[in-house]
Amino acid sequence: MSRSHRSVIPGFGLSLGLTITYLSLIVLLPLSAAFIKTSGLTWEEFKTAVFSPRVLASYRISFLASFAAASLNCVFGLIVAWVLVRYPFPGRRVVDALVDLPFALPTAVAGIALTALYAPNGWLGHWLDPIWSSFVHKLADVFPFVDWVGLLGAKLAFDRPGIFIALTFIGLPFVVRTLQPIIEELEPEFEEASASLGANRWQTITRVIFPQLLPALITGFAMAFARALGEYGSVVFISGNMPMRTEITPLLIITKLEQYDYAGATAIAVVMLVASFTLLLIINLLQKWSRRHHAV
Amino acid sequence: MASAVSSLSRSSGSAVRPLATRDATWVRYTLTAVALGFLALFLLLPLVAVFAEALRRGLGAYITALKDPDGLHALKLTLITAALAVPANLVFGVAAAWCIAKFTFPGKSVLITLIDLPFAVSPVISGLIYVLIFGAQGWYGQYLNAEAPWFPALQAWLIEQDFKIIFAVPGIVLATVFVTFPFVARELIPLMQQQGNDEEYAAITLGANGWQTFWNVTLPNIKWGLFYGVILCNARAMGEFGAVSVVSGHIRGETNTLPLHVEILYNEYQFVGAFAAASVLALLALVTLVLKSLVEWAHARRTA
Repeated sequence: MSRSHRSVIPGFGLSLGLTITYLSLIVLLPLSAAFIKTSGLTWEEFKTAVFSPRVLASYRISFLASFAAASLNCVFGLIVAWVLVRYPFPGRRVVDALVDLPFALPTAVAGIALTALYAPNGWLGHWLDPIWSSFVHKLADVFPFVDWVGLLGAKLAFDRPGIFIALTFIGLPFVVRTLQPIIEELEPEFEEASASLGANRWQTITRVIFPQLLPALITGFAMAFARALGEYGSVVFISGNMPMRTEITPLLIITKLEQYDYAGATAIAVVMLVASFTLLLIINLLQKWSRRHHAV
Repeated sequence: MASAVSSLSRSSGSAVRPLATRDATWVRYTLTAVALGFLALFLLLPLVAVFAEALRRGLGAYITALKDPDGLHALKLTLITAALAVPANLVFGVAAAWCIAKFTFPGKSVLITLIDLPFAVSPVISGLIYVLIFGAQGWYGQYLNAEAPWFPALQAWLIEQDFKIIFAVPGIVLATVFVTFPFVARELIPLMQQQGNDEEYAAITLGANGWQTFWNVTLPNIKWGLFYGVILCNARAMGEFGAVSVVSGHIRGETNTLPLHVEILYNEYQFVGAFAAASVLALLALVTLVLKSLVEWAHARRTA
């Protein structure tokens, strides 16, 4: 331990020792258990556990639904963040506080509440379902991928759209809270310069403001996406949990555990952990990029 | 990961802007309407639905559902879990922030990343890893069944006490500690880094010892950030579902926390009961949001 200058502040050894001990016992040791358990499998066993058709289907569902939800959150999160920072309106503080609801509301509560709303006999479901179904059919005529992602004939709740709804709820604050401080700190000089050089407002927004927000937007997207991949509580109530169709990867881990297939569950968990850690690394790099971009 | 999400260091301020850089009125109204509509649909409506569904059969049925003994036991277990997990992470958070903010040492940025790790892990996996260690098939189970264990006296005592971790309260607490691990630390590290060491140097130069410096100088400076972290940590501790679901075993009246109780009632089609229990948790979430906003406003006023 080479410190460039000795600090007069005491407690370095105690606080660092406590931090590392606690971190190792609570986080590092248990996480390494997953990798150790999986390293006991042969390659064939591992391959069967993580690449069987049912597992592959769950990756695809989790990935697509998370990606779609994070994308929708980028659009509306950008609008919400912009409105909250730039347009004063009565009750703005209350609305601003409400944005954090998905962080504060337990996921199981969110899950049953969304199900109550979007179920076929629910508040929204009973009149949104027919609209949604005709909309999807029209959309499928134009874009064949609608059929490819299995949306044709799918109701809102207890099917794939339900996963998307729950993940949108979960991810919204990530995008809004990442963008808000960046919008607050936008230098008005850039907009003024752009306006005085003859750009109209739309040009200013797309060419001057949006590029400044892009790194934060991508960061928010990545955070919402990462959170959505691992989400369990809010999804299981609304998704219907059909194998191959609406079974997300975290649910599959639970299913394997309930069948006492610990090795299989852990192998899938390791795949998810590797994906999450990769995303975490990307997010950290994005944040650095965002900060540097912003500092210029 | 949550640094952008939960932070006191957000200022709010929008001065009157000149005309050329202001959006047209119709744009403002349209965007505001879109934003509010989206938030009403995705955030407000689910919240309203919880209370409306809970009160669907009237206030009497709601009160009866709240008095359900299994529900009350679940509430008690939820409170106990939070009462153990939050202080543990509070002490850790302060220690971590102290060594990271007050000292320079190699590997500091790695340490900060490692502290964030639990946020990147799916709740289900957070439960699973504890099952791997403490479950019947896990290291702990193997220890209990070992022919020639280390510390035979400990093994005998654990067997005699029938000390279970998984499918019991200790497992629930451990899983909760894991998922709420970074909250306090994440809040304190940037705050203490921002405040610097000058006041602590002054205190120590004037003869204060380490603890005096911490209690009388550092703590008053970080108390709001600390409170903020504790609120977020507590909300997650009381509401955690996925991780606790894996380790609890869902034994009614024994290892059911309130979120798990919501699930059981819901799956038994006892909707009023499920939403009544959910309304307690939703109320807790609202209290969390109010406290959080109050801290943010107080902080913004002070820095303004």
